[in-house]
Amino acid sequence: MYVELRNINKKFGNFQAADNISFSIEKGSLIGLLGPSGSGKTTILRLIAGLEDPDSGDIFIDGKRVNDLEPSHRGIGFVFQNYALFRYMTVFDNIAFGLEVQKKDKAYIKKRVSELISLIGLGGLENRRPHQLSGGQKQRVAFARALAPNPALLLLDEPFAAIDAKVRKELRSWLRETINKVGITSIFVTHDQDEAVEVADKIIITNHGRIEQMGTPVDIYKNPTTPFAAKFIGESSTIENYYNLHGFSRDEGYDKAIIRPEFVSISKLGKEIYPHASEQGIVKEVFFRGNMLEVKISIADNEIIAYRSLEDEELVPGEKISVLIYRLYLYNEDSVRLIENEILTSRPEFSI
Amino acid sequence: MKQKRKQTQWLLIFIGIVFITIMLVLPLATVLVYALRQGWNAFYGAINDDYTKMALSLTLKTTIVVVMINTLFGIFASWAVTKYRFRIKHILTTLIDIPFSISPIIAGLVFILVFGRIGWAYPFLEKFDISIVFATPGVHIVTIFVTFPFVFRELVPIMTAQGSDEESAAALMGAGWIRIFRKITFPHIKWGLLYGMILCTARALGEFGAVSVVSGHLRGKTVTLPLHVEILFNEFKITSAFAVSSILVIIAVIILIMRNIVEYRVKKEER
Repeated sequence: MYVELRNINKKFGNFQAADNISFSIEKGSLIGLLGPSGSGKTTILRLIAGLEDPDSGDIFIDGKRVNDLEPSHRGIGFVFQNYALFRYMTVFDNIAFGLEVQKKDKAYIKKRVSELISLIGLGGLENRRPHQLSGGQKQRVAFARALAPNPALLLLDEPFAAIDAKVRKELRSWLRETINKVGITSIFVTHDQDEAVEVADKIIITNHGRIEQMGTPVDIYKNPTTPFAAKFIGESSTIENYYNLHGFSRDEGYDKAIIRPEFVSISKLGKEIYPHASEQGIVKEVFFRGNMLEVKISIADNEIIAYRSLEDEELVPGEKISVLIYRLYLYNEDSVRLIENEILTSRPEFSI
Repeated sequence: MKQKRKQTQWLLIFIGIVFITIMLVLPLATVLVYALRQGWNAFYGAINDDYTKMALSLTLKTTIVVVMINTLFGIFASWAVTKYRFRIKHILTTLIDIPFSISPIIAGLVFILVFGRIGWAYPFLEKFDISIVFATPGVHIVTIFVTFPFVFRELVPIMTAQGSDEESAAALMGAGWIRIFRKITFPHIKWGLLYGMILCTARALGEFGAVSVVSGHLRGKTVTLPLHVEILFNEFKITSAFAVSSILVIIAVIILIMRNIVEYRVKKEER
């Protein structure tokens, strides 16, 4: 294990920012710390960097306990949320700063910086000042500056938060590719699940200073182990009386369920494929989402959301439709259970 | 409607000009007029006087010492207040403002009470043969007291706006504080710092009340230019008094010009 946290606790006043946190990360992996604001994700990052000291617990990097090591001796590159580029220095000097601090010789610095500038694709902009760069360019410079001294671990605090939506998508894949190319173990913090899912090899979901779940994006999406993880990842709505729906019976241990749009298929009345397993609902609202329609449906006193292709027949609010629910996540205070539509699963022989 | 707005505009401009003429331009012009009333020779004589030269040299010396000390203090204090989090921060910021709200004469009296013959520090000072009150160190100390918020006040908003992320980033890469200050903090604050130093200089040159209390008016020893002006005036040497005053006025005008240049640079930097 390359980076390891053992029973880390950190309080700010009365606020428990890290509550007995333990996890470990393999060398070379790209990890996303995902959680709502105030969930402790940035604190974890700052603890690893040494910008904060834990109240208790141990932090290991490459097998060495680093608790008492100065931040600058931990072999870490850090990309700040707003980049914190040195505004009175050129792009070149910004990237060279860490190397100059390490008293590397001039020729090496020059070679390394030009290497990095071509890596981030900003050749020709060496003499620009930060205020002459766009948001995306600034982010690339911050990234190169953090990489310059060859750190063993790269930490990124909300790397895309300050960039507008359009450039953000482009930068995400760029960052992922570049990190893979360089092969550096990286941890980034984000509150945006799309970002985490798209960029990270593994996601750590944090909430109230605790780790809810750690796993690959697909794993977390398919098998959420906590109610929070189930609700936080993907679009979800909560259903109270799930046992009133066709094909679902009551499980005494669970009184609520989570439903995602992907679990729902809707069709015009009379055109459904599995009438026995379906339910009647009423269209509440239809939203255009660019590449598909988002339909808000009222069903058995609950509101759920389903997606519909633009190619399908048009639906109008107030219209009665047939709703088929494939599966649900049942949940209580501390566990989650996936259940399938019984009618569908019990008689597959009639389906053709 | 438009007519009316024009009238208001001219009225306000007129009031402004009249007020400034009566309160500022006329008195300053008077200084120069009175200084030169008995001709250039009398003016030159008054300025070339030994006591005047000694007063000028003490004033300049005091100003240099005070500006140096207050610049260092201002940088340290504003750094502490803006780059770190600590409990007594607000108390510290408020305390630093005290010289702005206290009459200088009270400041002078306070130092007499501390370092003077009746002061609690006196036995200690006497043992080591240090004299503060009625001596140049006293003049320096009260002037420092009166002028120390200037640099601090100028730097705090600039440093707050900059935040501490750049410094953290540099520290994380292993840079020492000297490098951090030289490469990151200083380029950012330099014009504001200079502006604060100029304000501090102006105030230090002209300080009268506090210095008057602690100096003891020892001619040629603890008399600064403003005190010298007062002494000449009390001796009915009106021309000499105004001649010496004109030195202060000229220095003030030079400072004003410098201040405007720096102000312009600060604004340009902010853009």
